[in-house]
Amino acid sequence: MRKSRAIKTLFQLGAVILAIGVTSAVLAVVGAQPFGAYGSILKGAFGTWGVASDVVVAWVPLLLATSGILVTFTVGLWNIGIEGQITLGAIFATWALRTFQGSSLDPGLVLTMAFAAGIVGGVIWAMLVGALKTFGGVNEIFGGLGLNYVATAINIWLIFGPWKRPGVASMSGTVPFDKSLWLPTISEQSRLAPIAVGIAIVGIAIIFALIQGTYFGLRLKAVGKNPKTAFLLGIPTWQYAMTSFAICGVFAGLAGAVQVTAIYHRLIPSISSGYGFLGLMVGMLVNYSAAAAAPVALFFAALNVGSIQLPIVYKLDSSLSGVLQGTLVLFIILAEGLRGRIMGKKGKAAS
Amino acid sequence: MTTEILLIGLASVFASAGPLVFAAIGEAITERAGITNLSMNGLILLSAMGGFAAALATKNVAMGFLAGAAIGGTVSAIVAFSSITLKQSQVAVGFVLALLCRDLSYFLGTPIMGLPGPRLGQATIPLLRDIPVLGPLLFKQDIMTYLSFVLIIVAWLFVNKTRPGLVLRGIGEKPAAAYARGANVSRLRYIYTVLGGVLAGLAGPMYSLSIKAGWKGTITGLDGIGWIALAITIFGGWSPIKVALGAYLFALLQWLGIVLQPVMPGVPSQVLQVAPFPLMILTLLFVNMGNAEWVEASLAKLPEKQRRAVAKALRAINVKPPAALGTPFEKD
Repeated sequence: MRKSRAIKTLFQLGAVILAIGVTSAVLAVVGAQPFGAYGSILKGAFGTWGVASDVVVAWVPLLLATSGILVTFTVGLWNIGIEGQITLGAIFATWALRTFQGSSLDPGLVLTMAFAAGIVGGVIWAMLVGALKTFGGVNEIFGGLGLNYVATAINIWLIFGPWKRPGVASMSGTVPFDKSLWLPTISEQSRLAPIAVGIAIVGIAIIFALIQGTYFGLRLKAVGKNPKTAFLLGIPTWQYAMTSFAICGVFAGLAGAVQVTAIYHRLIPSISSGYGFLGLMVGMLVNYSAAAAAPVALFFAALNVGSIQLPIVYKLDSSLSGVLQGTLVLFIILAEGLRGRIMGKKGKAAS
Repeated sequence: MTTEILLIGLASVFASAGPLVFAAIGEAITERAGITNLSMNGLILLSAMGGFAAALATKNVAMGFLAGAAIGGTVSAIVAFSSITLKQSQVAVGFVLALLCRDLSYFLGTPIMGLPGPRLGQATIPLLRDIPVLGPLLFKQDIMTYLSFVLIIVAWLFVNKTRPGLVLRGIGEKPAAAYARGANVSRLRYIYTVLGGVLAGLAGPMYSLSIKAGWKGTITGLDGIGWIALAITIFGGWSPIKVALGAYLFALLQWLGIVLQPVMPGVPSQVLQVAPFPLMILTLLFVNMGNAEWVEASLAKLPEKQRRAVAKALRAINVKPPAALGTPFEKD
């Protein structure tokens, strides 16, 4: 048993080395110094307290998205619609803030309502994907993709229509909220909001406990591993699927609310920032286990933040972080398959 | 609007649907063999960028299309290897490649961004172009658009009227039975996955060398095309002709979005451009309705006569995916 774990680690290490190798080759193709670029990413992510806190800022919505994704992964669903769920969360949170901005209500209460509204938005959009799948027979991948575009359309319509800036509507988004409605940060310049970090950490802890330590989590896993057997064992399969969509919607909605209350302080066209898709990547990389999600999400956030400076310093596109993340997940998947193939054959020969 | 302008507009619908026809028919063939190639979105972007770069370097449009096809084939070969040989989730590897290839195209495409490059010229067909209405509509296009017309017919004939087409359907519906009848399921799935990828890989250069000539990085406006192609594949029920109709419908709706813009100044153009998506979901809902359990259950309660009528109507619009789609094939 210990030996097989060592072999697994060896394969994963090989995958990481291959991913770095391929990314270096890609850098060489455009005539860049790989180590210079990696150094720049490292500096861009941890060089100063300012950028390091930006990493944590990016970590929060990514970890929230990943937490939600882990639940749908556990039950065997591909919630690609999470991008739209984050967007709807952001829209609902913005609605709450716009509605109660300037009222006599306490800012803390208004912010709480914004988060609650965000949750509602995320859950509605997630349940829609679930309902399309359960009652309409529409595969969650395609229902989700379609609803992502619908969410984008609603968002852009609001920014250019009913919620447009006085005078001229633009891609820069709606009018920023009153400063009293910004989630409090550690300092004036920073966007790091301790409350948001707290929500993300509590969130992933809950998901970890839910999946690993509860009867509900065990049944979720059973449905994910084999829906037919689970159904025969008396687990209400589709209700479990719907519940997991709803839980994912809660987290996606929170991520959207964080985006508007703590990071952008307004609604912008690409408000989800791609954290939903990135959360899917993190979920795959940690092989659907909640324990590794927080550190891996932090690593991905560091890559994203660290590569922001690449265009300025090295004239390289910041999509390099995506290339590195993508090759990493790809090779981990391939290594896992390769290991299974090699070890599986050995196992067969032995028996 | 005069008829002439209308005809030119509709002709542009046929041209702009061309890449979707290639990509969606490619995906349909792959899925008919039992493999979902979810990498489409990244594959098309990478082949668009790579195709433009190759055409730019060689000053030869044909080399651009060749490069696009090669990129599409290679990306799809990774999907095939991972899912057929390594038995990993098709969805997982496809999704990763969709994101990876997108970022790769943006990263590698930086040096050629905004450069002027070769373009695929128009090739009007003598005699045919003079036919009223149909001439300007169908026969004043470029060669790839003509090939997209040919592809629809050839793909339909291949899938439905030939023996290899029968085997193709077999390995997607009942791989075990096809295997028992002597079909090499794994090898054929490899072939059809790569073939589908090659066809989709031609879609990229159709954009970067013709419809949206050049490479402009993130603002090229191609991000999302691959996801649309995947949706159209289902919309068309995996049948080449219906898939092509889906592509034309989508292109028509997008064109209408642009044409109707001045009529509806209150609606931002970005909203009109995504208008086809809600429609697509509704259609997916309708064509899938018959597959849902509760529909069958509630049908059973209806009196015989009505039940038959409703069931018949549902069957007429219903599409069913290939039975073995997404499931790995084990010989034993």
